[in-house]
Amino acid sequence: MSNRLRSLALGLVGATAVALPAFAVDLNVTCRCVIGGVNSATAQWIEESVIPAFEAAHPDVNVVLNQFGGEDAQLTQQLALDFSTGAGPDVTAFDGFLIPSFVEGGLLKSLDEVAGAEVNDWSGWAALSEGSRALMLYEGKYYGIPLGTDVRMVHTRKDILAEAGIAADWQPTSWEELLDAARAIKAIKPDSFPLQINAGVAMGEATTMQGYWLALLGTGEAVTDENGKFIVASQGILDTLNLYKTVYVDEKLGDQRAQLLADGRNRSFANFRDGVTALLLEGDYFYRSVTPEGSEFAVANRDQVQGWVKMPAKEPGAGIRGQDFVTISGGTGFVLNPATDTPKEAWAFLSFMNEPAQLEAFQAIQPRITARTDVAIPNSPFLTETSQTLLPLTTARPNDPSYNAVSSEIQRMTEAVVSGELSPEEAMAQYKSAVTAIVGADNTVSLL
Amino acid sequence: MKFTLPAFFGRMAFSALAALIGAAFALPLLWFLFAPFNGRAELGLTIPDPFTLNNFVTVFGNSFAVQALWNSLIQAVGGVILVGSAATLAAYALSRSSIPGKGAVTYILLLFSSVVSGSAAMVPIFLIISAAGLMDTHLAVILTFAGGLLPTAMFILRDFIDSIPKSYEESAMVAGASPVQAFFDVALPVIRPGIVVIVVWSFVNIWGSFLIPFILLRSDSNMPAAVAIYSFYSEAGTPVVTLLAAYSLIYSLPVIALYLFVSWKFGFRFFGGIKA
Amino acid sequence: MTTQPITTAPKRKVRNFALLSNRAGAAFLTPAGILVAVFVIFPFFWVIFVSFTNRTLLGRTALNPEFVGLANYLALFDPNIFFQRGQFGFSLILTTQFVIASALIGQALLGLLLAWLIQTVPAWVKRLTETFVIAAWILPEVVIGFAWFAFLDRDAGTLNMMLNAIGLPSGDFLLESPFWVIVVFNTWRGAAFSMMLFNSAFSSIPPSYFQAADVAGASSWQKFRDIAVPLIRGHIVTNLILITMWTFNTFTPFLLTNGGPSYRTELVSIYNYRVAFQDFQFGKGAAVGVIMMLINLAFALVYLSLGRKKKVR
Repeated sequence: MSNRLRSLALGLVGATAVALPAFAVDLNVTCRCVIGGVNSATAQWIEESVIPAFEAAHPDVNVVLNQFGGEDAQLTQQLALDFSTGAGPDVTAFDGFLIPSFVEGGLLKSLDEVAGAEVNDWSGWAALSEGSRALMLYEGKYYGIPLGTDVRMVHTRKDILAEAGIAADWQPTSWEELLDAARAIKAIKPDSFPLQINAGVAMGEATTMQGYWLALLGTGEAVTDENGKFIVASQGILDTLNLYKTVYVDEKLGDQRAQLLADGRNRSFANFRDGVTALLLEGDYFYRSVTPEGSEFAVANRDQVQGWVKMPAKEPGAGIRGQDFVTISGGTGFVLNPATDTPKEAWAFLSFMNEPAQLEAFQAIQPRITARTDVAIPNSPFLTETSQTLLPLTTARPNDPSYNAVSSEIQRMTEAVVSGELSPEEAMAQYKSAVTAIVGADNTVSLL
Repeated sequence: MKFTLPAFFGRMAFSALAALIGAAFALPLLWFLFAPFNGRAELGLTIPDPFTLNNFVTVFGNSFAVQALWNSLIQAVGGVILVGSAATLAAYALSRSSIPGKGAVTYILLLFSSVVSGSAAMVPIFLIISAAGLMDTHLAVILTFAGGLLPTAMFILRDFIDSIPKSYEESAMVAGASPVQAFFDVALPVIRPGIVVIVVWSFVNIWGSFLIPFILLRSDSNMPAAVAIYSFYSEAGTPVVTLLAAYSLIYSLPVIALYLFVSWKFGFRFFGGIKA
Repeated sequence: MTTQPITTAPKRKVRNFALLSNRAGAAFLTPAGILVAVFVIFPFFWVIFVSFTNRTLLGRTALNPEFVGLANYLALFDPNIFFQRGQFGFSLILTTQFVIASALIGQALLGLLLAWLIQTVPAWVKRLTETFVIAAWILPEVVIGFAWFAFLDRDAGTLNMMLNAIGLPSGDFLLESPFWVIVVFNTWRGAAFSMMLFNSAFSSIPPSYFQAADVAGASSWQKFRDIAVPLIRGHIVTNLILITMWTFNTFTPFLLTNGGPSYRTELVSIYNYRVAFQDFQFGKGAAVGVIMMLINLAFALVYLSLGRKKKVR
């Protein structure tokens, strides 16, 4: 059946195929980026800078960018299905935390396995910072080149803090001080929701990274222990969930609806823009892409009004590795299709786009924290300051194939607490049973 | 409808109730009649202020979105032709032949299709299309929809044909027609209202569907409107309501036009019944 | 399983001889047969097979899925978590309530009522009502999803605007009563099909039956109950089978609620999507699909037996 269908199909496809010059090599690049839509700057960079320059240097290669406008998870689905059948783009944008599960599923190969040993001779490796190299590294091998990394912090509305009588150089050193500031604002603006810590299922990974992790690290714990086992019961988890409960249930310092509704993350951005929220836990992405002038959630008069502080540990010194302040980094990069027909050209393109000349062109479109130490961040005091202060304090997500599934359970656990449906203890018990079902009892540990 | 009941009992009440229900059905759609012409983005129902056609100009300037409407049309028309013809032949055979096991087959297929409509079946379908080398083609979408919609189409049509007395074809055959001639010349015109139902139903299903094209297509130039509509979302991922409403209106017109045309030209009936 | 009760129009004799030879019949069946074999039957057996493995899209079990017997099914019915929100049991109960409320009560009853009403009302009322009801059914689902999102918006939505106009307070429907939102939504979306089907069925009843009843002075309700409904019983069964199955499998509410808040609108179809395509657990997702089919089968058998029993008069 399948063969008959195939010959029928090939006939039909053949009839419609367009003839191309035989020597030309086609290279397909995909990213979740659309000019004028999501990640517009990335699309603009690849389309207007990288591709023309690369084609000028390699006249026999024809590069096409597929601008993918859907959700992150949808791109993951497409790539996984495509890679499992040897199809798909030659080069694609890729979120670092998915590498382990793709590799274990046989859907990605290391760069040198795909494109040969010359990969290891690339001059750019030495220029990558230690932390960012780890983003695309799994079991000692590189699976892609990181494009950039990020850090997370508390974004502030300085105007509102001032109204509430909080000093301009305020830097909370404990959760209690952070909550006190929120209480002070709530006292003068009873209808506001001063503090935003992402929670719930609808925000997806933004709940885990920007909310849960950032709090949990302040209790001295992480999602996994030093042996890579998932912590399923601990004081740190309870403290974190109690923080959520204080903010969203007990004292209504945060906008509960924004955590529960499908478009909640955008509601939280709108709250910050409208001055309903004054303290918002997010990555530098928030400054870089969400609030600049001209964008939908632009904060009016941003240079005067928007600031940031470090996320404090629960108590001074109580954070992970005994830190006073905590942050967490993720990052994206580009990987090669393990079944690409043109591995040499694909690698040539991948390394070309990560040369300083191209990365500088990107910085000109939209400044961000680069993975390469030899590419400066131009004209962005915010990014320079935050990256210098926070990168030394940062933590990375565990390189574990089950992380993605556990992360969904984290989102569920936070939602159960912020909706008021379960107590922190009950939610943690539910988390424990769910994570045990995912990774097996041997890979979990209870610290209580 | 020819039979009329003497209006001895609350005919006015009936009319009022029917009109009320109709109005309730219209309410959620009202917004779409105003928002496309509004210069400002509003979720509320307001008279467009300022009134503008600029949203349509912007939408038609988006070549991806315009191409997508064309792609939707190719996929929907292709699928409808395949579903309509295959279902008619099959339903007729199931109704009029004595092939063993024909009684249960539409039920079993209907149940099978209920499993396949779940997302787990997207994987085998992806593998089939990929093995056939059909990824990223209109044909992939057309064939997949045809297969998926056929069980229900056969179920509905078979019911329709069963309700048509066999005497039509019998008299043709008495007059010397072959069974196949009887089908094409006599039965087909009588079945037509049923086929029309299938045509509209499958067109609507394919026209509005997101998941199957999303999984089987890759290039922008092949994507249908259900996917392209997401290009009217801002960088932050929120809908640009003015453009979205304008595109939705354009995107909705073909199905409305199809329904109006069909109900005007053929009527819209599920059973042959007594009144042919 | 036999289809006799369904295929019955009033006063029609069942004839047993065939109009079409087996050979011509087989030829007529071939095109549909091939398409259905490739796109329905093959995936069906694939799903059954995979439901007994631990196959995933990503991770170690993507390369080497193992046969795990009934483990996926047992995990779905694990009594420790079965009734928790976001687990299979919760979804299943929710979906059953959803089907009863929005398909059986909502779509079928409303459709029946509408079909009966429009038999007697003036042509322009019939035309107008039909158009709006059918518009709800034929518009593309992304458009519908967005229309309802705007309709229900807490701050500016049309519904709250109307409530305020008559002096009632605004409601936060998507958050406070998400289940009833999707019930009303699905009733609204699907009533047209039942209406059209019953309308066709009613108009296939010979007018003389009703005229006789009129002479006897029957009320509209009596004619509905004693003449119309018994005569279209077979069509009611057909309709119930289809709308139950469609409602059971519907994914459209996802566009309105994403299954939330807190999984309170996570129907089995949405749960299945999450397991198969967000967690990428194909084995477990396939098991959900198989259970969904068995439930559909049970519904169909109940309808068929009801239709048959009452037929014997």
